[in-house]
Amino acid sequence: MYPFEEAPLDLILGIVLYWLLIGAAGLLRPASLRFVSRVLFPMGALGGLLLVIAALTAVRLDPASMVLPLGLPDLPFHLRLDALSAFFMVLVGAIAFGVSLFSVGYFRSGEGALPGLLCLQYHVFLSSMVMVMLADDAYLFMVAWETMALSSYFLVTTSHRIPEIRRAGFLYLLIAHIGAIALLLCFGVIHGEAGHYAFDALRANSLSPFWGSAAFLLALAGFGAKAGLLPLHVWLPEAHPAAPSPVSALMSAVMLKTAVYGFLRVGFDLLSAPLWWWGVTALVLGLLTALFGVMFAAVQSDMKRLLAYSSIESIGIIFAGVGLAMIFHTYHNPHLAALALAATLYHCLNHAFFKCLLFLGTGSVLHATNERNLGRLGGLMRTMPWVAGFSLVGALAIAGLPPLNGFVSEWLLLQAFLFSPGLPNPYLNMLVPLGSAALVLAAALSGYVMVKFYGVIFLGQPREDKLASAHDAGGWERCALAWFALGCIALGLFPMAVILMLDHVTSLLVNFSLSSVTSGRGWLLFAPIAAQRASYGPLFFLLGIVGTLAVTFLAVRAFYHGRLRRGNAWDCGFPAQTSRMQDTAEGFGQPITQIFEPFFRVRREMPDPFSRTPVYFKTNEDRIWYWLYLPVAHAHERIASWIGVLQHGRIHIYLLYSFATLLALLLFVR
Amino acid sequence: MTLAHLISFLSQLTQTLLVVLIAPLMLGWVAQCRAWLQNRSGPGLLQPYRVLFKLLHKDALLAHNASPLFRSAPYIQFGCMVLAASVVPIIETNLLFAPAADVIALVGVFALARVFSSLAAMDVGTAFGSLGARREMLVASLSEPALLMVLFTPLLIVQSSSLNTIVDTLAHREFQLHPSLAFAAVAFVMVLLAENARIPIDNPSTHLELTMIHEAMILEYSGRHLALIEWAHAIKFTTYCAIGIALFVPWGIAQAGVWQVLPGAVFALLVKLGVAGAGLALLESVCAKLRIFRAPEFMGMAFMLAALGMLTRLLLGA
Repeated sequence: MYPFEEAPLDLILGIVLYWLLIGAAGLLRPASLRFVSRVLFPMGALGGLLLVIAALTAVRLDPASMVLPLGLPDLPFHLRLDALSAFFMVLVGAIAFGVSLFSVGYFRSGEGALPGLLCLQYHVFLSSMVMVMLADDAYLFMVAWETMALSSYFLVTTSHRIPEIRRAGFLYLLIAHIGAIALLLCFGVIHGEAGHYAFDALRANSLSPFWGSAAFLLALAGFGAKAGLLPLHVWLPEAHPAAPSPVSALMSAVMLKTAVYGFLRVGFDLLSAPLWWWGVTALVLGLLTALFGVMFAAVQSDMKRLLAYSSIESIGIIFAGVGLAMIFHTYHNPHLAALALAATLYHCLNHAFFKCLLFLGTGSVLHATNERNLGRLGGLMRTMPWVAGFSLVGALAIAGLPPLNGFVSEWLLLQAFLFSPGLPNPYLNMLVPLGSAALVLAAALSGYVMVKFYGVIFLGQPREDKLASAHDAGGWERCALAWFALGCIALGLFPMAVILMLDHVTSLLVNFSLSSVTSGRGWLLFAPIAAQRASYGPLFFLLGIVGTLAVTFLAVRAFYHGRLRRGNAWDCGFPAQTSRMQDTAEGFGQPITQIFEPFFRVRREMPDPFSRTPVYFKTNEDRIWYWLYLPVAHAHERIASWIGVLQHGRIHIYLLYSFATLLALLLFVR
Repeated sequence: MTLAHLISFLSQLTQTLLVVLIAPLMLGWVAQCRAWLQNRSGPGLLQPYRVLFKLLHKDALLAHNASPLFRSAPYIQFGCMVLAASVVPIIETNLLFAPAADVIALVGVFALARVFSSLAAMDVGTAFGSLGARREMLVASLSEPALLMVLFTPLLIVQSSSLNTIVDTLAHREFQLHPSLAFAAVAFVMVLLAENARIPIDNPSTHLELTMIHEAMILEYSGRHLALIEWAHAIKFTTYCAIGIALFVPWGIAQAGVWQVLPGAVFALLVKLGVAGAGLALLESVCAKLRIFRAPEFMGMAFMLAALGMLTRLLLGA
């Protein structure tokens, strides 16, 4: 039943090595697209599948650790595999499998970097993410973390000849390093005795509330920068459209989750005594991020930017869940903490699957049409039925609709919110339920966003003539999309199976396993608190809808004459319709900017009614960019220009500076 | 299969069929009450059935570019609404299907149907279809948080999100009036009006292009598809009324296995639905339709009322 029971850690290390070797093999024939895509990427996909099997085994086992005699002298790499890291490795493996399959058919020659180089960066990226999760000391963690940031930077700038892409890559690198510095400081604050940085030593160190809070805030900033938490989210909507679609899928689905992993590791495992307001901070920040992300997603007109903002929303929901779990954890309510934590981890898994599905779907659309702008797409359901079908599953899942997977995690999280009253803090008792309303608003607006996304791209009439010749995705790409779509459906229909896996994680972090209360209810009904309190049966649910549908269909067939005619669309009798009269992406954004105006920095340029050359435009920009980033950048430039006064480029002046410094030193140190 | 299973299956089937069959009557009743209030004689209670009968005998006319999604959406909507109708206890509380979906999942079923109808509206690619889809999703995304807040109060009182348990507890276990539920009930009525495309958010009898929401989405449908959509809409309306009854006036709904009170329960249900329909007709007659951008204020008010109810419960325990 469970292979590799003996040594999953060895096997996982083997997979890391295997991926690195595949990457190196790409350098053998760097220019050969055939070799890289037909041989190396399928081999990489196999590695992903093996990783899933190994990690699924490891989730149930006791933690295993190992010391690798690599790295600096006296500073070996410590590795550890426990339920938390194993769960996230299941995610990495499952996503890597699908994305590698997709990449087989996706990359074309002549697109930016050489295929061999791309293969190297891709597989280094995959292995570095696994190493982040295996790391058991701060040193290896930071090395793997930086490898991950750098390899993904090179992947983002694959088409490095385009200036915008270079700019996006630079912004990404900058924020990744701000985050890395915060993490470095965080580990520095928690440091163990005598400067030991193995996680065991960090766990043993009990910090004062002040330093503990400092470490927590640094971790929130560091991991938040990687995950795209407000206000460090600005790189996401730039980097995702710039990267090739499989890379955006991988970054959004897996790399953001490594940040969640790190946050859980520090917040629940390394910092032993959490304070109540840590959870509140994460919860509030998460909810704000979720609302911000979904509102900006609603006004985008570039399909990959839209998905990037939607990722920000999901990350917000995930951090809100982590915050809620922390609140329950500090108030010693293990049951609800486990519930919130399970919901969060479940959402991580779900988000990985549906976001990958949609990002890869946009990749296929991009290849078929060369168009990312929603305003020039439309009606692709007729020319690309496979991609449209799979994307529909993804869109419904993101919108949080039953019986797909997005609904299960939102349902779980709402249950955790609903049963929160009973906390010993009366203010929290009142505020936490209001948080659930923000969560529901975000979820409902994500339904709006997905109707916009799917409706504008795949439904309606084609907005451009060239769309009629769009071709459907190839076989490999279809297989990958089918893998993710099936994942979305299976995760939605069999929540108990996932909960059984998550139990090992929750009992590791908060000492409670949900199946202890759900056992005996079987696989069909899902009741994580108590059966009479709340239950959800996705299979019954599906059966109910499909059953009614079938009965209705047969009844209509039996009693109805079945005549069907085709004609022109009616549209209230307006005869001269064109495809330009359909609602556009901007049209979908308009009510959102109108209602939630304070969130946006709107610029409108309305033409004069008598103008010969009318110009109309409207932009919705991010206020945070103007409030935070530009002032910081300007201040930086100003300080640099002050310092620049010293710089003249003439050697005698520099000699004079040296002389003056020496003199000053002699005066003071004498 | 034991006898008990068979009985609960039959009970489930009867309740679901009852809602499905009386749903058009409910719409007819509201329309009739409105007609009386406006000093008209009205089309009669059975008019919605006549409309369904007529539509089911007409040819279905599809646009040239209508996709399979467009053709399957009415069936999906109908299926969702029947599922929703089958988890709300209306006559007795022992519903076979109830554990499959609690109130949150019920909100999810409505959302599923709504997303499919919006997608189908965008499918043909007409100006009005996509406009309606956009407005419908907008109103829904504003009303869903309010609806959740409404559901919060009974959830807090009963400590359960299963409708069966809520009704059982409120109607049979503790005889106590909860003032917090009054706030929630007012907010619920506002959400009901918004979600069911009634005045003041939408006007079910308008075909004036610029004000349509729900009607704009179904402009391209005809024949059997339109019949299914209209019927699903009626079921949704009735189910919403049934949810309101279950949460706020559950007295009269029979407990599981108490057969002798069933006729009384059916009678009580009909009376409550009748009063609800007449009340809604009155409300619709005295209100004017709001501009679409006033809808956020309306939903915001519903949200605040519901939040007040919840705070009343939390702070005063009322």
